[in-house]
Amino acid sequence: MAIFPTICFYVFSVLLLASAAMVVSARNPVHSVLFLIVAFFNAAALFLIAGAEFLALILVIVYVGAVAVLFLFVVMMLDVDFTQLRSGFQRYLPVGTAIGVLLLAELVFVMAGWQFHPSVPQLRFAPATTAVTNTVALGRLIYTDYILLFQAAGLVLLVAMIGAIVLTLRDRRRSRHQLIRMQTARDPKETLELVEVGLGVGVKVLGIYRPEATEPGGIDDDPLAAGQEAGVHHAPEAH
Amino acid sequence: MFFMTAVFAPLFGAMVAGLFGRWIGDRPAQAVSIICMLLAAACGPIAWVQLEWGGAPSGALTLGPWIYAGTFQVDWALRYDALSATMVAMVSFVSMLIHVYSIGYMAEDKFRRYRFFAYLSLFTFSMLMLVTANNLLQLFFGWEGVGVCSYLLIGYWYDRPAACAAAIKAMIVNRIGDLAFALGIALMFLTFGSIQLDAVFQALPQHQNEIYTLFGIRVYELIALLLFIGAMGKSSQIILHVWLPDAMEGPTPVSALIHAATMVTAGVFLMARMGPLLNDAPDTLAFIEVIGATTAMFAATIGITQFDIKRIIAYSTVSELGFMMIGIGVGAYQTAIFLLICHAFFKALLFLCAGAVITQQHEEQDIRKMGGLWRKMPITYVTFWIAALSLGGMWPFAGFQAHDAVTRVAYAAGTSSGFYGYIAGVVATYLTCVYIFRELYLVFHGTPRMTAEKFAHSHEAPSVMTGPLAVLAVGATVAGFLLAPSFVGAGWQAYWGDTIQIAAWNHAFAGMEDVPALAAWLPLIATVVGLATVYVCYVVAPLTPAWLATTFRPIYLFFLNKWYFDELYDFLFVRPAFRIAHLLWQTGDATLIDGVPNGLAELAVDGAKGAVRIQTGSIAVYAFTMLIGLVVLVGVFLIWR
Amino acid sequence: MAGLQQVGLGHYLVVSAILLVLGVFGIFLNRKNVIIILMSIELILLSVNLNLVAFSASLGDMVGQVFAMFVLTVAAAEASIGLAILVVYFRNRGSIQVEDVNLMKG
Repeated sequence: MAIFPTICFYVFSVLLLASAAMVVSARNPVHSVLFLIVAFFNAAALFLIAGAEFLALILVIVYVGAVAVLFLFVVMMLDVDFTQLRSGFQRYLPVGTAIGVLLLAELVFVMAGWQFHPSVPQLRFAPATTAVTNTVALGRLIYTDYILLFQAAGLVLLVAMIGAIVLTLRDRRRSRHQLIRMQTARDPKETLELVEVGLGVGVKVLGIYRPEATEPGGIDDDPLAAGQEAGVHHAPEAH
Repeated sequence: MFFMTAVFAPLFGAMVAGLFGRWIGDRPAQAVSIICMLLAAACGPIAWVQLEWGGAPSGALTLGPWIYAGTFQVDWALRYDALSATMVAMVSFVSMLIHVYSIGYMAEDKFRRYRFFAYLSLFTFSMLMLVTANNLLQLFFGWEGVGVCSYLLIGYWYDRPAACAAAIKAMIVNRIGDLAFALGIALMFLTFGSIQLDAVFQALPQHQNEIYTLFGIRVYELIALLLFIGAMGKSSQIILHVWLPDAMEGPTPVSALIHAATMVTAGVFLMARMGPLLNDAPDTLAFIEVIGATTAMFAATIGITQFDIKRIIAYSTVSELGFMMIGIGVGAYQTAIFLLICHAFFKALLFLCAGAVITQQHEEQDIRKMGGLWRKMPITYVTFWIAALSLGGMWPFAGFQAHDAVTRVAYAAGTSSGFYGYIAGVVATYLTCVYIFRELYLVFHGTPRMTAEKFAHSHEAPSVMTGPLAVLAVGATVAGFLLAPSFVGAGWQAYWGDTIQIAAWNHAFAGMEDVPALAAWLPLIATVVGLATVYVCYVVAPLTPAWLATTFRPIYLFFLNKWYFDELYDFLFVRPAFRIAHLLWQTGDATLIDGVPNGLAELAVDGAKGAVRIQTGSIAVYAFTMLIGLVVLVGVFLIWR
Repeated sequence: MAGLQQVGLGHYLVVSAILLVLGVFGIFLNRKNVIIILMSIELILLSVNLNLVAFSASLGDMVGQVFAMFVLTVAAAEASIGLAILVVYFRNRGSIQVEDVNLMKG
């Protein structure tokens, strides 16, 4: 049974590499995303084999659950016309393949001549123990020695979030919405007027018309509102 | 003092008229110019008289330093001796007359007149500098100055392409002579170490037997030859004569002054001035004789066929210049100068008469369209007669004395070239009479060949034009008588001093009086025969010229077309020059020289365009490039780990 | 740990290398759309993570996994920003073909 991890490793790595290849070469982008998810799963399995179970599951949760789903959202949202998808593989294929193979050869070259220095065990930053689980061991490191990095990572995520919002937020000026502060700040004296009305007297005789309905001012000044009629419902404009 | 005024007054007139004429106006500019010329015309003869008969000492008036470059030293200096004084007197006087004449001639000209007078005065100044030069560089300065003024004046009506072409032709043909002249000056400096006339003449005996290594001939011969080639250009001898007839495109006063009296005589003057040097170059003298003789005959043959009133006189000038060179060629320089002075009078007179006729005929210059003008223009008619008789060599007019002297001395030289000169002189005299009296008859006699209306309106020229005619006519009559004793007669040595020296081996001048009677009378006989020929051909049997022309048609065409010199030169020189210029322009300049910076610029542009293609804007390509960079970096790290 | 000792570090590294190269291929060999590029970047980061974890397991040093976790964080942030940019770009240009992204063409 000692061979079991090896078989698992080969299975998972083959699947990983195959699905990675499919990510790159699938015609349908949705298929690409799905293959990416498969790749992530297999990578998580490989992590498990190596003994980093926290990381493996974080991979599944964050990568698959968040990032890959985000990819799927975007792919679905963007109106990608499949019929127009051109396969431009051929143009750079020979040169690209050559460069890729060269890169691979270099990497293998590096690894082949790699040797660990004999004093490596003394140079470990954080020696692993089998006394605690992987998660606890990681936690002990992150919240003590690498707390600054941890906070920085948090800040990075915050910035990313703000950035994403800033980039993609479209101000929907053309849709009418409530502005609670305007509502609550309104003075009844400006909006209500009590008038003595005789019996059977009409609005025209009274000389009362609807007051001008102005758009509330402030940060919501819409330059396109200048030409709009007063007192008329804003029809939702087509985009 | 008078001498200097005579030389510089025209310069002052030229400066004022030329530089300020636009602001002070035509009439004031004319007035300034005329006054300066009158001053010069008064001072010139006074200085001459003072030198010759007043006992003033001759010498050099140094005006200031010019070039001091190592051993080459020349100053601005005026040479005051017999030859210069004579020339100054003649030039200033004749120039003044022509300035006065121009007032009338250019009265209705379309251009502003101050320009003309400025050019005329500037020309006069250059000519005076030429004749008063004490060293050859100053002479060359005057030489070039008259060349420039000639160009400016021939091309005075610059909106006429023919005039511009003629001006350029004159300039270029003269340039050829000038090149030889400059080489002569250089060789002279090389031989003598100086180009001051006094220094050269003093050092003459020293280098007599030096041989110039390149050609193996004596240095003196070569210097003389080079100087003569320069004179050939300026004095329009055969081969370099082609510019003079075309120079008639200029206004007539220009022709009178430049191409009769002064500029063209500069070559003869140079030869006379360098007389002591020429005395040591007998082979060159023989060459000069041959050239002069041939020129005299050849120009006269052309003159008898021409129809343009000025062109006939132009060929006459060429012929007379050949005559002068005949005198030079036998070493009798004073006869040449004598002819020069007399020629100035009657040739200028001829041109001015022609000019009067032209203005009155409203710019018509073809003598076939004239005739019967003798009643209408009596003064012009009479003066033309006097000039024609003088030119033709009829006794007792000035021309007779001068031609007689030249032909006698040519005969007396005893050499074969001298004899050839004599024969040429006689033949040329005959032909001269023929063409000049032919012209006189066709212009002034016979039935009028112009429209009746034009004939009715013809009248005499204004007095401002006929006045100079009269004065020149007087000169053409008496100048011979008055000047002969001093110039070529018994008193010649007293008159000329040491400016004209006869070589010891030269017995031509001495033997002038001992010429056999027939030889002495032959030129006069030729004159009379010429008159008779014209009378027969035009008055008695008017069909004779046409018959002659048709019978001897090839010869006639040959003479009419100026012996095809222009066509020959066009074929030999002008067209190849144009081809070379075209080649240099298209290939040399446009392709090669312009191509270098243009090519560099195009290279830069193409390089930039190629470089721009790196910026494809395609992020895939950028990523790819980054990847290649990464691979390279890793590879480098691996290799040099 | 046990798994790694039986499989061997070299195998993990080979897998990681191949995955890296696949990701790199994906960046410049694709002509379809820009999303594939972003996914290829994820693959590259994944291969790096794999490498880190393999070495961490082999050396018995926890810091490799810590680093891998931070890489994960940054990858997530970068993916989101990348996709946000893509969305805005698509809004403006209407296409996410790789070849149409050439406004910087010189």
